[in-house]
Amino acid sequence: MSEDYVLELEHIRKEYPGVVALKDVTLKLHRGEVLGLIGENGAGKSTLIKCCSGAVVPTSGKIRVNGKEFDRMTPQLAAENGIAIIYQEFNNVGELSAAENLFLGRPIRKGIVIDRKAMEEEAAKAFEQLQIKINPRELVKNLSVGYQQMIEIAKAIQQNAQVLIMDEPSAPLTTNEVENMFKVVELLRKKGVSIIYISHRLEEIFRLSDRIEVIRDGEYVDTLITPKATVDELIKMMVGREMTQKYPPRKDCIDKNNVVLELKNVCGNGNKNMSLQIHAGEVLGLGGLVGAGRTELAEVIFGSKPKESGQIILKGKEIDPKSPREAINLGIALVPEDRKRHGALLTNSIKNNINMPIYERISTASVIDSATEKKTAEKYKEEIQIKCPSINQLVKNLSGGNQQKVILGKWLAADSQLIIFDEPTRGIDVGAKYEIYKLINDLVEDGRSVLMISSEMEELIGMSDRIIVLAEHEMTGELQKEEFNADTIMAYASAIDKKEVS
Amino acid sequence: MKTSSNNLLKSNAIWLVFLAEVIIFAVASGGTFISSNNIVNITRQISYYGIASIGMTFVILIAGIDLSIGSIITLVNVVCAYLMVNMGVNMWLALLLSLCLATLIGVLNGAMVASIGIPALIATFASQTIFEGVAYLISAGRPISGFDPNFGLFGRWSLGPVPICAIIMVLCFAIGSFILNKSFFGRYFYAIGGNEEAAELSGIRVNRIKYLIYALSGLFAGLAGIVLLSRSNSAQSTVGKGLEFDVITCVVLGGVSVNGGVGRMSGVVAGVLIIGSLTNGMILMDVSEYTQMVVKGIVLAIAVGIDCISKKRQAT
Repeated sequence: MSEDYVLELEHIRKEYPGVVALKDVTLKLHRGEVLGLIGENGAGKSTLIKCCSGAVVPTSGKIRVNGKEFDRMTPQLAAENGIAIIYQEFNNVGELSAAENLFLGRPIRKGIVIDRKAMEEEAAKAFEQLQIKINPRELVKNLSVGYQQMIEIAKAIQQNAQVLIMDEPSAPLTTNEVENMFKVVELLRKKGVSIIYISHRLEEIFRLSDRIEVIRDGEYVDTLITPKATVDELIKMMVGREMTQKYPPRKDCIDKNNVVLELKNVCGNGNKNMSLQIHAGEVLGLGGLVGAGRTELAEVIFGSKPKESGQIILKGKEIDPKSPREAINLGIALVPEDRKRHGALLTNSIKNNINMPIYERISTASVIDSATEKKTAEKYKEEIQIKCPSINQLVKNLSGGNQQKVILGKWLAADSQLIIFDEPTRGIDVGAKYEIYKLINDLVEDGRSVLMISSEMEELIGMSDRIIVLAEHEMTGELQKEEFNADTIMAYASAIDKKEVS
Repeated sequence: MKTSSNNLLKSNAIWLVFLAEVIIFAVASGGTFISSNNIVNITRQISYYGIASIGMTFVILIAGIDLSIGSIITLVNVVCAYLMVNMGVNMWLALLLSLCLATLIGVLNGAMVASIGIPALIATFASQTIFEGVAYLISAGRPISGFDPNFGLFGRWSLGPVPICAIIMVLCFAIGSFILNKSFFGRYFYAIGGNEEAAELSGIRVNRIKYLIYALSGLFAGLAGIVLLSRSNSAQSTVGKGLEFDVITCVVLGGVSVNGGVGRMSGVVAGVLIIGSLTNGMILMDVSEYTQMVVKGIVLAIAVGIDCISKKRQAT
């Protein structure tokens, strides 16, 4: 029966040292269908598609393309067999024209001279086929992200791709661009191209796909016929349990008489006149649009960027941390937005990560007390339930949620009293999100204070005790819990525009 | 089970290479290579760049490079000799002053790299040229000799059959290994080599550590210079030229990744032994100096190549 399928992945398994990324995943793709592939972050979707492209070599399993069997793919084999992948980052060269990008690496030539005219004609034809309007002579850097993606798709089709794998194709696009991309997907399906469509957005999956395959923790869960599937059912399959509550309940633990941090007219790092108070046991939410100055404010409090004027008062004493080290010694911690770049030390062990801020504290004459080092790491591994075989595991082999926990463990070890979270659950899957929220609750119930930057409205409202909104590097509003309302927050977040109107 | 035996093989592969090399040279030289005389010879030859390779290990661990150590070795030779011979300074004081100078040059490298932000390759390339010139200016290109006979302690004397300089090298390796494994500085080195930004945000004062590392690289190079001066018993203003090449080769061959964050002291010991025996073996076999250069260059390229390939493998 295998001739019914364009692409079959059978019992794919991929092991990395210490971690099994894929346990046993099977995927079958019919000719001319759109298969939605869903799963939480860390479920193994990326690894699976990398097995198709040849970027990852499976430990075991079979890959069958049009009935031809392979143990592994290579980028060349994938191309020869008509498998193309549209990644989230494009492989375009900005300084070349749309046509040249379409023929990147295999230009149309007359002898040794590039035949620009022929390429432009071919490109025009290719774009027309997909009903997209791109001037073949336009430099790619001048095109919108949506069009750049279209060039990638056109390139794949030009190279006779029969299987197109799209990894979160809507993520970088605006609403209009998403609509155009959908049209192209429909068009390709009619032309008989088979598509694997990976997305976090279930509504897209429902709209586009014929069937939906769910994977979880590196294992195949089920494949459903799209019209017969429901959202609840899919979420349950992805998470492996029912999501009754998104935000865990929290005891009332705010100590209104105990101001932990106070900012008075703080300027610096682009921000103007920041004034706020955070109490012990409180989660203060910091809302606003991307670029409003929230991360910049966190950097000033954490000492990684200088303050120009104003006062920062911690527990009644004015402070002026000049480096993260000074801030850490004062009990301030930052869990940064970009976990892999700024947060975790990926090539170091869990043990080293957790102890990193306190090594000087647990050393005598620069010699580390290795018993304390181990005990501390074990303690926080237990306390915040970092899932790992051992504390000697390298952090790069952990899932996003567990990496975030390691970073938090580091700050608990440093005995931080004020913890700033910058987008605490970005890129973390649904199940692990709940655990992070619970940990934030534990922190404040323990008398610590949390400043939480979040661009997810629901999270901001669900987790904060109070919300302060920034817009264009200024504070534009403050809301008490009873006033929380998405529309009001959005209005404050775009306050500058409103001023212009009035 | 398969992976653990693989790892065991991989972590000891470098020692197998060394063993193979020894056997080949032993056979090819008809046993001369492993005569006790020649083994003592090799230990003397490797001691100075063994010592210098410790500082270089730290530097490469944080994804830096120090091209100035050859010049530091030359300058220490010239300055220490000048102090003792031309100025009549006591041997120990001259030694101390020379080591201070070497450390200071390291601090200067640290300042250029950490505070100003000059790429390490260029910063240390500049100081290489500067201090090579300074050494010439001091010595006027003439060799300086006629030291206190006790100065032979560091390079020529032996304790029983064991050369003192070999003991110094072993002590230095022990100190280096201690710094890397037992002190918090070692943890900081690995953290910075892995991800400088995240290290800073974890509370490491990255700039201070960089100063420290380049200073240590200078200090160990200075110590290597003293050992070399004692051994040759005469200061030449060309003596250290190109030594950084051998030292970097030892370190990289020893498994310290040029991308930073990965490497062990024991590997570097193996690297030093391999390059030391290779040099000695080639001399025994009457291989010309130029052919030696070709061979060593190839060894460096292969060592870095293996490092890069294993990194690529990890990615798939």
